[in-house]
Amino acid sequence: MVTEYVEGSAGTEYNKRDFKVVGTRPPRPDGIDKVTGRALFGADLTAPGMLHATILRSPHAHARIVSIDTSAVLAMDGVKAVVTSEDFVKQQGSGNQDTLDNCMARGKVLYDGHAVAAVAATSVKVANAALKLIKVEYEVLPHETDVDAAMLDSAPVLHEGRKFRNIPEGNNANVSGFREFGHGDLDEGFAKADVIVERSFKTAATHQGYIEPHATLATMGPDGRGEIWVCTQGHYMVRDMAAAFVGMETSQLRVTPSEIGGGFGGKTTVYLEPVALALSKKSGRPVKMVMTREEVFRASGPTTSSSTDVKIGMTKDGRITAGQAKLRYQGGAYPNITAMLGAMTAFASYDLDAVEAQAWNVLTNRPKQAAYRAPGAPMAIYTVESVIDELCQKLDLDPIEVRLLNAAKKGTLSSYGPTFDEIGLVATLEAAKAHPHYAAPLGPNQGRGVSCGFWFNFAGNTSVSMNINEDGTVAVIEGNPDIGGSRASISMMAAEELGIPFEKVRTIVADTNSIGFNDVTDGSRVTFAVGLATIKAARAAIKNMCGRAAQVWGIDADAVDWLDGAAVPTGHNAGEFPPMTVAEIAGDQAKTGGPIAGHHEVNVDGAGVSFGVHLVDVEVDPETGFTEIKRYTVFQDAGKAIHPDYVEGQMQGGAVQGIGWALNEEYIYGEDGKLQNAGFLDYRIPVASDLPMIDAVILEIPNPGHPYGVRGVGETGIVPPLAAVANGVSHAAGVRMSELPMSPPRILAAIDGAK
Amino acid sequence: MVTVNLWGSLRSATGGLTEVEVEARNTGEMLKALAEKYPALDQIIEGGVSVAIDGLIYKEAWFTPIKPDSEVVLMPYMKGG
Repeated sequence: MVTEYVEGSAGTEYNKRDFKVVGTRPPRPDGIDKVTGRALFGADLTAPGMLHATILRSPHAHARIVSIDTSAVLAMDGVKAVVTSEDFVKQQGSGNQDTLDNCMARGKVLYDGHAVAAVAATSVKVANAALKLIKVEYEVLPHETDVDAAMLDSAPVLHEGRKFRNIPEGNNANVSGFREFGHGDLDEGFAKADVIVERSFKTAATHQGYIEPHATLATMGPDGRGEIWVCTQGHYMVRDMAAAFVGMETSQLRVTPSEIGGGFGGKTTVYLEPVALALSKKSGRPVKMVMTREEVFRASGPTTSSSTDVKIGMTKDGRITAGQAKLRYQGGAYPNITAMLGAMTAFASYDLDAVEAQAWNVLTNRPKQAAYRAPGAPMAIYTVESVIDELCQKLDLDPIEVRLLNAAKKGTLSSYGPTFDEIGLVATLEAAKAHPHYAAPLGPNQGRGVSCGFWFNFAGNTSVSMNINEDGTVAVIEGNPDIGGSRASISMMAAEELGIPFEKVRTIVADTNSIGFNDVTDGSRVTFAVGLATIKAARAAIKNMCGRAAQVWGIDADAVDWLDGAAVPTGHNAGEFPPMTVAEIAGDQAKTGGPIAGHHEVNVDGAGVSFGVHLVDVEVDPETGFTEIKRYTVFQDAGKAIHPDYVEGQMQGGAVQGIGWALNEEYIYGEDGKLQNAGFLDYRIPVASDLPMIDAVILEIPNPGHPYGVRGVGETGIVPPLAAVANGVSHAAGVRMSELPMSPPRILAAIDGAK
Repeated sequence: MVTVNLWGSLRSATGGLTEVEVEARNTGEMLKALAEKYPALDQIIEGGVSVAIDGLIYKEAWFTPIKPDSEVVLMPYMKGG
């Protein structure tokens, strides 16, 4: 289904066109490498004379470091270097200092697993043995891992004496951030309601569950020049952080990204990289570090856990009169912005006269949270969509009709501030309503859940270069690690714009010294922003090639156009010349002026927001509380799907991660503040055999901010499943569920409680 | 003169206002004028903000033109995954 956008609107980049390459499904260019093992991931990298480093981690959830004695370690055979926080440079700005302190604890350990020291040795075995010789004296302190308890005046304070900005009176020292959004008169809105539902919800912290643990190899010579090879979502970010933390200029540190075995936001910061670089600086040898799975769980960043109160009023005919949410998120031991993003997204799907969302970010003795696909939105929208579903139940209204009645559209003042431009929520809801899934009969103990979802999508700093090779093929060089098929999409957009076959283009992700700066691969930005820069780089190359053809033909460059991969004369006075193809122009490039290339560097704006609607049928076993996903369909606006396979994959992957969040996944802490389930055996992510095929329906409502209409698609897919599954389970079990994950014991307890 | 809408919790920095007016032709001038007129906003702007103009979100862009009748919303710095 395609809703056409009006061409030529003010400020638009978009122009409607007939595509030849975009929208097709060529084989993925990284497929052979990945299935044959030829692809090099972070842990595959080696260097001559390489050392192996491991990290000593805190056994306490909260403790003051009285002393660290490493004297016995360096005397051990095979040990070449040891580092503690003393070996890093103090940072300007609290954000960078927090990141550094998370890499290596300074003064206090703030969670179970917090890094305290690291040893580089000739083998992992020697390094691990050496860790046992480090003597750390701790003064154990009281700890707290629960968000609501951490907000009490009686809670232990993590960062004593640190003042966080703009925290209203009445909040304790663990509240690191407060934000409020909304508009209209809540009292007036609730007074108009026929029914008001107020409910409190909790969600557990979950991990991104990427299959590849963090891994890096760093080397630094006596000349002060360094190199890092790393699996990351952003190697420029790694370069900037690692260089700052060890005290070197960025020009002296070159960072090359490996293939990446999943990120989902979890590889948008540094953990090992500055430590490996500092150890290499001390030892003069390359240093490799690879996290164990247990370390990934204990010390890398999961998402936040949350505790939220929601109140929504509705008229008998389904019009929402007011919505209010109070969101409390804990993101571990350091400040973050995730609750704020939750507050901004909570009501974004709806056109409301009165809305208010307040967000508190809270510190606890858990690992520093990291981004996880649409950070903050899934748990916020879960609460709002659950209450809307409950209102529909109480008023006996169709859940999609109610959402259509209240849906945000062009001209709606959003709950987070701006007025929406062209958006696709109504079309997405209409597609869900018309789909056979929505009318399919349900069996015993089955329930159907519906939820909308929203995400902003971002863009940012982007550099792309494009070399026209002498044989007419094209090399595209970009600087964003490919976490979701972007190399295929970038090649397709280059081929489309140049008018050549997809197979003639190869896109690579270059190191930090080979191309201009690029922001991290996050915020669903790459296909949108790098794609836009690629199209503009291609247009620069085309301009160059048209100029070369004009020279050869002896006519003005203005009299040459580009059509189907060739320069052609245009206009009455241009003369008669046969088309000159890319290969012909490129073959003579040395004779016509030298190498032909195009490039584009820009801080891209105009990422269009994205909406999705998920439908799910679940069956709950009333004897065991086990939930089976029977059928699942995702509807999402992609703007324009460059390579539909990858877009469907993003939609399916988001749904599956959300299903895991809804049903199984949970960081479990003991009374001692230690993580109890740091492994995939006890932290259960969904696998293929747990699930039916996830059907994906792509809608294409072009984004005015992109030449081909592209919107980001990577994050929106994880937003609706929490509520969709919760609503389905609530219908199937006959009781409203308000805590995630909805594990079998929790569902049984709810069923028993409702009897 | 452009009207700038602020997120709710910035009221404490503007004497209770969530809608303020400043003289500006682009985003950079707007942020500078806001910081001068409401010094309590300076640290917040310095710490990183986004600006939505007529529905489009801009991050760290000083020279985006603002028309007198544009809808301008000051937003927190945002980041995805």
